[in-house]
Amino acid sequence: MPAESGSNRRPETGAFFQRDRTWHPPALTPGYKSSVLRSPQKALLSFDNTLSEIAGPVFGHAMLGELDADLIHNFARPGESAIGERIIVHGRVLDERGVGVPGVLLEFWQANAGGRYRHKKDGYLAPLDPNFGGCGRTITDEHGFYAFRTVKPGPYPWPNGPNDWRPAHIHFSVFGHGFAQRLITQMYFEGDPLIWKCPIVRGIADKAAIEALTAILDTQATIPMDALAYKFDIVLRGRRSSLFENRLEGN
Amino acid sequence: MAQSLDRLKESPSQTAGPYVHIGLTPNFCGIGGVYAADLGATMVSDKTKGERIGLKIRVLDGTGTPLKDALIEIWQADADGFYNSPAEMRGAADPNFFGWGRCPTDMETGVCAFETIKPGRVPFRDGSLMAPHITLWIVARGINLGLHTRLYFSDEEKANAEDPILARIEHRVRVPTLIAERQGDTYVFDIHLQGEKETVFFDS
Ligand SMILES: [Fe+3]
Repeated sequence: MPAESGSNRRPETGAFFQRDRTWHPPALTPGYKSSVLRSPQKALLSFDNTLSEIAGPVFGHAMLGELDADLIHNFARPGESAIGERIIVHGRVLDERGVGVPGVLLEFWQANAGGRYRHKKDGYLAPLDPNFGGCGRTITDEHGFYAFRTVKPGPYPWPNGPNDWRPAHIHFSVFGHGFAQRLITQMYFEGDPLIWKCPIVRGIADKAAIEALTAILDTQATIPMDALAYKFDIVLRGRRSSLFENRLEGN
Repeated sequence: MAQSLDRLKESPSQTAGPYVHIGLTPNFCGIGGVYAADLGATMVSDKTKGERIGLKIRVLDGTGTPLKDALIEIWQADADGFYNSPAEMRGAADPNFFGWGRCPTDMETGVCAFETIKPGRVPFRDGSLMAPHITLWIVARGINLGLHTRLYFSDEEKANAEDPILARIEHRVRVPTLIAERQGDTYVFDIHLQGEKETVFFDS
């Protein structure tokens, strides 16, 4: 953890809580066909974190550009902006202990308002928006808060079943303090009926876990005559306290 | 009734999907002008200490076909075995080595090529030394939760023989799945997602 000014706490160096793999989607989810040949089948090797998993790099706010967290403008021609329903996505990154996690690098990517990605492999009929690239990033503040501005992505059809559609979603890459906290997930939008039909979402067994990926409309955070707002909190693995563990340093 | 532990649950993972490049390496997939450079693309500079090595990594599916839409991140210690991280309490790492890299697999060949340095040895929990290794994290379409494993080095036989993580692998025939083969200055490493040669993946 970046040293908090005015804090006499030492950096946290404890191992992370064990991951609850029944809460995550399993490797093999046959309804999502791509998982069939890409899912490991043998038992994983389990061990308590070593320093290699506990440690992780630090990304400083200095790396961020002015428009990194504004997908409406970061790819747009000067004076223009992306087409679509303008939204603010905001929330907090917490760990399993409920503590805000500062300095977390969040990277997000998404389709445009019509459901089309700016990628040569996306052949969906919906048109590209010349003013929308589809990527952005930010770093959480000292309390774990983050926010960015974008347009609401459209749902899109994808080749899986004969007629499968992805619910509207934003992909999130989350980089916490330890490499073992590394996580990629997706944010869905409250009230979207496609969520419950999606084979990727349905890889998650627990309804509460799916709801944990569903952002809620936040009318208090909207900007009148400009943007709607959705709140989306993210939870990373928590750390065991290392107070009572034998520490390597000092040996 | 007792008090509640008040623990939150980790956000469930979802696949990175086929367009992970847009978010993590936009310049690589033709989205220029948003970021000056893709994050993690360059790991070493003239000032970095240590032996220069290349890594050529492929990820193969259950039919033996290399994935062409995967993305790999690596995390490693510096040449002296120190991590450039606040969790590193033993001393200061090489300031000219960040220790983290990110690379998409080549869209034609499926090869992921890193230019880095050979890491030093890092202590295990009991203070004994682990063999030099690089931590890997692999995401792609069809992978629901990022895969965690390690790359060890074929020319570190003695250190590998005493490595406490490799020692935990019950079926010894699987140990070579974590050892990259040295060819000149490059280590070649195939990650098998399934099959007889399935790589040992970690839950840690
Ligand atoms: Fe998507």
